[in-house]
Amino acid sequence: MVRPKDGILDPQGDAVRHSLRKLGFEVSGTRVGRLIDLELTADDPAEAEAQVERMCSELLANPLIESYEIVVEDA
Amino acid sequence: MTDKPRVAVVTFPGSNDDHDAVWALGAVGADAVAVWHQDAQLPAGTAGVVLPGGFSYGDYLRTGAIASVAPVLDAVRAFAAAGGPVLGICNGFQTLCEARLLPGVLRPNRQLEFVCEDVVVRVEDADAPFLSRCSPGQELVIPVKHGEGAWYADQGTFVQLAARGQIVLRYADDVNGSLGNVAGVVNEARNVMGLMPHPEHAVDPLLGSGDGGLLLAALVDTAAAFRATLAVA
Repeated sequence: MVRPKDGILDPQGDAVRHSLRKLGFEVSGTRVGRLIDLELTADDPAEAEAQVERMCSELLANPLIESYEIVVEDA
Repeated sequence: MTDKPRVAVVTFPGSNDDHDAVWALGAVGADAVAVWHQDAQLPAGTAGVVLPGGFSYGDYLRTGAIASVAPVLDAVRAFAAAGGPVLGICNGFQTLCEARLLPGVLRPNRQLEFVCEDVVVRVEDADAPFLSRCSPGQELVIPVKHGEGAWYADQGTFVQLAARGQIVLRYADDVNGSLGNVAGVVNEARNVMGLMPHPEHAVDPLLGSGDGGLLLAALVDTAAAFRATLAVA
């Protein structure tokens, strides 16, 4: 899960929030991020997480503006 | 072998200003050659590189993110490390930021609208090879066309860049929510520059403005000087 860091202007999130308000939903904050499903083989969950951590820092997220969370699940 | 310095223009899938860049560079005295994104090497004799505008790889993930890990970028990185002049225009600027060859990152325009218009950009610092034909404070009219042109860096980086004179171009007006109205930056070594406006669309006064030609001609000057250092080595 990659999302804009706190404090970073998120115009897409703002636009979604405005549209939700138009529909009558009271939402005080909306941030739009990206969910990336990865399938990979690793010896154990810790190794899988370490691999994905490297992918995030090298490509999947831009650390200047985005934060990320990694969730490891057994297939 | 031509006397003109060779400037390589990289084509990524989704680049759409590569042909204009080749034409414009030719018009200001370069031997401009197209290079494919899968090429692991730049053509022999390359003395300058341009990463053009467009929507490389469909802007997937983040603008310029996929291009920043294309095979040709390794060659561009090595070329830049050797002191070769590299100019990124629009998507090329986004790519150089993603490749961390330039500071900051380009974010979606604050107004969430694509902007496509002539804008006035002010030369903040002419002490960069790409701006050697301009004077500090000079105002240039160059078109922009982008949806993700809001340059951003954290406050500490921004202050440091400004102090070092790395913020070389600013919009005269707020065009897209860019921090400090930044339109173009250079790296610390000053041989890599990125800008959102399109100088290749402003080389002929007949079509509105010739101001972009000043930047491209300066790139060609720099490429010629860089080639001379290669010949000595």
